[in-house]
Amino acid sequence: MSRRLNEDVIKSLLLVCAFFSMIIIFLIIIFLFKEGLEAFTYTNVFDFLTGTEWVPKNNIYGAAPFIISSLFVTAGAIIIAVPIGILTAIFMAEIAPSSVREIVKPAIELLAGIPSVIYGLFGLIIIVKYIRITLDIPSGETILAGSVILAIMILPTIISISEDAIRQVPRAYKEGSCALGATHWESIRRIIVPSASSGIMASIILGVGRAIGETMAVVLVVGNVEKIPTSFFDAGEPLTSTILLEMGEAAVGSAHYHSIFALGIFLFVIVMILNIASNFWLGRGVRHG
Amino acid sequence: MDRHTKDKLMKGILWASAILTIAVLLIIIGFIVVKGSPAISWEFLTTKPLRSGRLGGIYPAIIGTIYLAGMAVIVATPIGVGGALFLTEFTREGKITKAIRFGADTLNGIPSIIFGLFGFSFLVFYLGLGISILSGGLTLAFMILPTIFRASEEAIRAVPIWDKEGSYALGASKLQTIWKVVMPQSVSGIVTGIILGLGRAAGETAPIIFTAAILNPVLPKSIMQPTMALPAHLYTLTSEGISMENAFGTALVLIVMVLIFNFAVSIIRKKKSIRR
Repeated sequence: MSRRLNEDVIKSLLLVCAFFSMIIIFLIIIFLFKEGLEAFTYTNVFDFLTGTEWVPKNNIYGAAPFIISSLFVTAGAIIIAVPIGILTAIFMAEIAPSSVREIVKPAIELLAGIPSVIYGLFGLIIIVKYIRITLDIPSGETILAGSVILAIMILPTIISISEDAIRQVPRAYKEGSCALGATHWESIRRIIVPSASSGIMASIILGVGRAIGETMAVVLVVGNVEKIPTSFFDAGEPLTSTILLEMGEAAVGSAHYHSIFALGIFLFVIVMILNIASNFWLGRGVRHG
Repeated sequence: MDRHTKDKLMKGILWASAILTIAVLLIIIGFIVVKGSPAISWEFLTTKPLRSGRLGGIYPAIIGTIYLAGMAVIVATPIGVGGALFLTEFTREGKITKAIRFGADTLNGIPSIIFGLFGFSFLVFYLGLGISILSGGLTLAFMILPTIFRASEEAIRAVPIWDKEGSYALGASKLQTIWKVVMPQSVSGIVTGIILGLGRAAGETAPIIFTAAILNPVLPKSIMQPTMALPAHLYTLTSEGISMENAFGTALVLIVMVLIFNFAVSIIRKKKSIRR
């Protein structure tokens, strides 16, 4: 009897632990919206998202420069990281001898483990400088620098998820293709990669989510100019940078404070949508036929 | 082009992209080591920073990072392991397990700056914990919870069913079986998750800047006080251009910590795979 009771108590305790992540997500939503929605009593949603000026001292809050900077930096990162990431994933799943794999796999995990602020330091000293000298522009602190650093940071995500997806393709597909006289590359190109396309898609979407939400690495290299960038060689200020840079100076409860949280809501919603989309693609598994 | 030449060419490109990935890692680590090691000395590790970090060492930041990461792990471990036990031992696959896993994955995907905003409005203000080790440690705990949860789940799931059935057959209760059979076998996998969480917590910057970190080099006397921390200190040194030499020194200390954690994880994994 007491044994049974004991077990029930423990079970309900563990149940709370299991749903703890959900509880935190709910709390995050509640507090983000509680602080952020207030901003829309000063600025309506449409003006907030499309306004091109952000001048807290005059209570003007238009987030377009930040949103466009975020899109720019992320797009650049994806353009660089996707080909390298997918090719490396194919290498890991199809080509690499196991001795090579045993070195490369932990190296990629390590790449994921390096703190983002160190990427920022590296980017500021090496990549920013390199861009300034090679392109001969006054400052190397550009969208491009942010994209390169983000590309490196999201490589592990793209590689590991794509590799898993490629590994899940049944061996028989490849064997059938090779038996019909296709070369290994032709089998990879026409059979294996298309079959794994859902998982590869999931990895890219997750990479987009990581890139758009990354803060520390980007803030040190993009220049942080509150202007709409028009090319990869302009400076910009993504959403995350603004939140980081302005939280310290905004008085709690002020319009500025609420507007920063409103940027947070926008970022949160985008990342949520990307995560759910990625989950959906992962759930589709291997494509047959 | 001949098909077989193309095959060779494409394989060459595949090798090249993998080599590029590894090269990037080596360049970053090599760069930090080369630029950082001149700053490292016994004094750098054991004294307080002077003139906002232009001179002196990083001792309070090292201590602060140990407090913050330690606190994060102490809070997140029981919750993560408990949740994993529920998922594997107390429920069947279905809607509930799906919801639990979805929760963990979603939490894992939330950007760290959002955790910072949340920690600030919820812990620092609403609960009144102030800018403190407690607020920062809890914020980090929420962030690393999915890491520990997922590693624990995997470890517990790997325990063979016949071991558990043997235990039940001998008349042991569920709790006895978990405590005496399941936990001992999954402990190394759980420790792997804890170390990974520790590494992540030690390196996170954005969440602690809003909730725990200060620039004032005093050693905290309780968890209700704010503290310096390595990543935040590194950020200040770099963004304000205070001292690049000390920034690289701080980065080196941080990266050595991460390397040690990663190394420990791979040793534990190797040991485990040999035993099997």
